[in-house]
Amino acid sequence: MEPSLIKDIALSDSGFIFNPVTGESFTVNPIGVGILNQLRLGKARQEILDQLVVEFQVDLEQAERDLMDFLNLLKHFRLVSSNE
Amino acid sequence: MTRKEYERPLIRKLETGMPGKFGMRNDLNPKTHIDEVAVSDLVRKYGSPLFVFSEETIVQTLNKAKRAFTTRYPRVQFAWSYKTNYLDSICRIFHREGAWAEVVSGFEYEKALNNQVDGKKIIFNGPDKSREDLQMAIKNDSLIHIDHLDELYELVDLAGELNSKPKVAIRINLDTGIYPQWDRFGFNLENGQAWDAINKIMHSGKLELTGLHCHIGTFISSTGAYGIAAAKLAQLAIDIRNKYKFAIKYLDLGGGFVSRNTLKGSYLPGPDVNPTFDDYAEAIATSLHNSGFETQELPLLILETGRALIDEAGYLISTVLANKRLASGSRSTVIDAGVNLLFTSFWYDHKILPAQPFSQYFEETLLCGPLCMNIDVIRNSINLPLLKKGERIVIFSTGAYNITQWMQFITMRPAVVLISSSGEPHVIRKREGRDNPGLMEQIPGFLELNK
Amino acid sequence: MSRPRVNIAVTGLNAVDSPGPGVPVIRGLHEALSFEANVTGLAYEALEPGIYMDGLVNKSYLIPYPTEGIDSLRDRLLYIHQKEHLDVIIPNFDAELFSFMKLAPELEQHGIHMFLPTLDQFEERQKANLSAFGKKHGIDVPESLTIHSLSELEKTVKSMDFPLMIKGRYYEAYIAHTLEQAKGYYAKISAKWGVPVIVQKFVKGTELNVTGLGDGSGQTIAAVAMRKQFITDKGKAWAGITINDPDLLKITRNFISSTHWRGAFELEIMKSDNGKCYLMEINPRIPAWVYLAIATGQNIPEALVNLALGKPVSPYESYEVGKLFIRYSYDMIVERNNFEQLSVNGEFKQI
Repeated sequence: MEPSLIKDIALSDSGFIFNPVTGESFTVNPIGVGILNQLRLGKARQEILDQLVVEFQVDLEQAERDLMDFLNLLKHFRLVSSNE
Repeated sequence: MTRKEYERPLIRKLETGMPGKFGMRNDLNPKTHIDEVAVSDLVRKYGSPLFVFSEETIVQTLNKAKRAFTTRYPRVQFAWSYKTNYLDSICRIFHREGAWAEVVSGFEYEKALNNQVDGKKIIFNGPDKSREDLQMAIKNDSLIHIDHLDELYELVDLAGELNSKPKVAIRINLDTGIYPQWDRFGFNLENGQAWDAINKIMHSGKLELTGLHCHIGTFISSTGAYGIAAAKLAQLAIDIRNKYKFAIKYLDLGGGFVSRNTLKGSYLPGPDVNPTFDDYAEAIATSLHNSGFETQELPLLILETGRALIDEAGYLISTVLANKRLASGSRSTVIDAGVNLLFTSFWYDHKILPAQPFSQYFEETLLCGPLCMNIDVIRNSINLPLLKKGERIVIFSTGAYNITQWMQFITMRPAVVLISSSGEPHVIRKREGRDNPGLMEQIPGFLELNK
Repeated sequence: MSRPRVNIAVTGLNAVDSPGPGVPVIRGLHEALSFEANVTGLAYEALEPGIYMDGLVNKSYLIPYPTEGIDSLRDRLLYIHQKEHLDVIIPNFDAELFSFMKLAPELEQHGIHMFLPTLDQFEERQKANLSAFGKKHGIDVPESLTIHSLSELEKTVKSMDFPLMIKGRYYEAYIAHTLEQAKGYYAKISAKWGVPVIVQKFVKGTELNVTGLGDGSGQTIAAVAMRKQFITDKGKAWAGITINDPDLLKITRNFISSTHWRGAFELEIMKSDNGKCYLMEINPRIPAWVYLAIATGQNIPEALVNLALGKPVSPYESYEVGKLFIRYSYDMIVERNNFEQLSVNGEFKQI
């Protein structure tokens, strides 16, 4: 299943995230902000991955590994719900 | 469209009680070169992991130490502590720069001879000297530092047998107010053992008492303790002069000076709090000048500092093998150098920098070696920028003891490279091959396999 | 004549239940008559209350913990200096003092002044050295021994009567009434803070405090004595009252003239039931209750800034006795945006 960003997450361009449900705050680096915005638009994992490879100097394999790790962390922090 | 520079996406939870790293300017620079030689070139040529020594740093550090002492005391001699690092190339640099040799076994003694150190400039320390070792040292007119009475009697015996008068010093242990007090080496000063030994030497008439030696401990950050040790040794020398009308030629204050490393559990980093050569020199020289020697009779001051002279000159380059996310959500990075090579990571928090440019985003990381052992941890918790598989890190201040205490375990020992002052890398110890561990093995007949 | 404007950076904005002294120090600076203070806050954590308090600091910056090393701290301070043109820094934490002392000469070259104890003074007053300190300066301290092992503890205890204080070299202290208790505390403390552990004769009496300021030549610039009225479970005074005890002030003056103490300090003194005063601890910085001293007539932060700037400072001679401070807590309402700015950028300016 595709990961989906939980509702009402406040995400600022500076990389500050606030989860109004839990009250937790986070910071993300710029590439992370980009991914979160894509998730918010409802993009699927594969679409995000394709976008990363087009936008950044990275090969598919590296990007895939890192994206997976990032999504796992988002899950760990309960910022995405995934029905896997 | 040109593609943007990539870095791993990272998210970090803001928690109170954690340093606020994000958004802080980070002025750390990558360690891309060691003495102008690119880390990437070194690894390409000699493999990873890789120990690298800088001749320039060795010479500069020794000069710093010499300057600190010779500007405060008229007669100073350094002796290179072989056990700290006995790669011949390293020893030869120290000898070329004027250091004598300080050895603690027959093996090290022969190494020093092989490095063409004049026998008179070899100090033979330690509790383990065989009769043959002592004979060799006597014949070469070396300085034998007596550790215990059994050795003293053996030397008296040998002196008769060889019909020569060995030059000896006694190792003294004493209370300098620090803990633990190293009382298992030499003769205790406060309880009279030292005087017993001195009287025996003087009454035997067979040995020439040339010096007094002490070595108060290891990684001693209290300069005051050295001041006390120097004062007590000096007083003992003066008492000997008064009793026997006989001048002790040298005081050997041993080693134990700290390097720039940070001890585990220390709140502030080593470079901020550790004393410098100047601090030690000030404490020792002040004590000696105040001890009651006439200026012209000040004895030679010998120093056997090892760690402080070589630690900073040694680097360990390592490569990232993998990144993992632990069950706790924290990051773990696995590198190809483990505690079998970096013994000192058990007691230091080694400074570590990436060898390639990195972004300002750091993450708390558990840095593990490649061994399939839970204890194989290089740093328990270190803030590292995002590292990719195959990227390199440089571990600082690894020059002391690792090369002599490393072990062949699971993997082979790596090559050691010396970058000469002219900037040329030279292999000074080859990378071990897979057949190395088997070289000393023998198979009994009943386990021979059919060809 | 208008007062000169002085740019001062202050740490210790953590006005929490075990508070840092930053907030009361800044209140003192704002009340100074000899200058107009423009205060920059230096914080280790984004949640330090002083950052967000109304009208307290002009701008706040995160600074690296001392564990990051002097180089990081220097770089950060010089970056802040570039923007704020600092004249004076007042560090307020025990744990950061060493780093600031080490940096002092360098910061001085950049025109940033501090007024801190010397490294020797700082070392000499460490808990483990207190016995020697008392002897050297002729100040009564409770009989104490530093020990490194359990066997040493047993030996030591034979020569001293229970109850005894068993203290860690930096933090933590317990009262032991039996050898078994002493051993237990020794194990607990040595495991946490390492050796030596300090065994100190227990002095029964009243705990009193003095905060003061020495000019570095032996002269007392300020000294105010206080008795704690209420102590929190963290051992911090939540209320206190100024007292006029000539013995305390005498000890304080002796302490300053004998050590040539440079900078602010707090003395913890135990007055035994038979009236003898023992010096228990020397904190080499301003205490969190300093506003009581300011309000009763001795503005220690103001005098400290003037000393740092090399201006002549005349000693305070008296203070109002019998005045109380009662601490209270207060819930500020803070916009998330403010917290965000500091967290992400490491700096935050109040509008």
